Amino acid sequence: MGEVVGFYVLATLILVFAGLVITARNTTHSVLFLMMDFLSVAALYVLLGAEFVAVIQILVYAGGIVVLYLFVVMLVNLKRPPESYRDPRRQGKLGVVLAAAVLVEMVAVAGYSRVAPAPVAAAVSPVVGNTEEVGWLLYTQYLIPFELASMLLLVAMVGAILLSKREL
Amino acid sequence: MITETHYLVLSAALFAIGVVGVMVRRNIVVVFMSIELMLNAVNINLVAYSHHLQHTVGQVFAVFVIAVAAAEAAVGLAILLAFYRNRETVNIDDMNLMKW
Repeated sequence: MGEVVGFYVLATLILVFAGLVITARNTTHSVLFLMMDFLSVAALYVLLGAEFVAVIQILVYAGGIVVLYLFVVMLVNLKRPPESYRDPRRQGKLGVVLAAAVLVEMVAVAGYSRVAPAPVAAAVSPVVGNTEEVGWLLYTQYLIPFELASMLLLVAMVGAILLSKREL
Repeated sequence: MITETHYLVLSAALFAIGVVGVMVRRNIVVVFMSIELMLNAVNINLVAYSHHLQHTVGQVFAVFVIAVAAAEAAVGLAILLAFYRNRETVNIDDMNLMKW
């Protein structure tokens, strides 16, 4: 019962905040709605028993990425918002129709496909606890992807610094 | 009873909202935020399957998706700032230098 109530409350929050992100006129409000959306998704992860991903979501998304977006919104100080231009070649309604088609397709796939039954014997892990299991997998089976991700972050950091230099 | 399909439909709806944002909005900062929404929808899928199959691999992949999203946000926003310094606009209709 608690799971049902929690799911529907969090799903409503996630979808409402996501809708506000793309409809808010003021970009700063948009970023703040995005942060609320990330926090709701983190609560959904807790509901699913993924505490480690929930904490990472709050630290990286709500703590890091949102602040980055806020910095950019403050730096890019616009006198005329882009929404006040009218480009005759722009097909806004077609975009909404295409997005609706994507939604129908994905819901159809989710509804018609048969989800594999949960395994009777869960995979044995030498450690207990959510964080311990994620760490165990990261440092044994997925060690090379983990190191590649660290390389990717290093390259992204160098690229971001290089692109932000005054004389490009 | 909340089944797997509930989470899949929620994630599909969130993804579709992100697609609307990418297609309709003209402010490139909002377009980037819509891409983050779509990556979050993917993460909900991964974690929901991890819960359903009682295996932690889905959460490991969610961590990788978060790492890639952080890299994407950093590089994307740096490109945006460089573009803004040159052209004084964040309107994606004006970003047509490489369009045929």
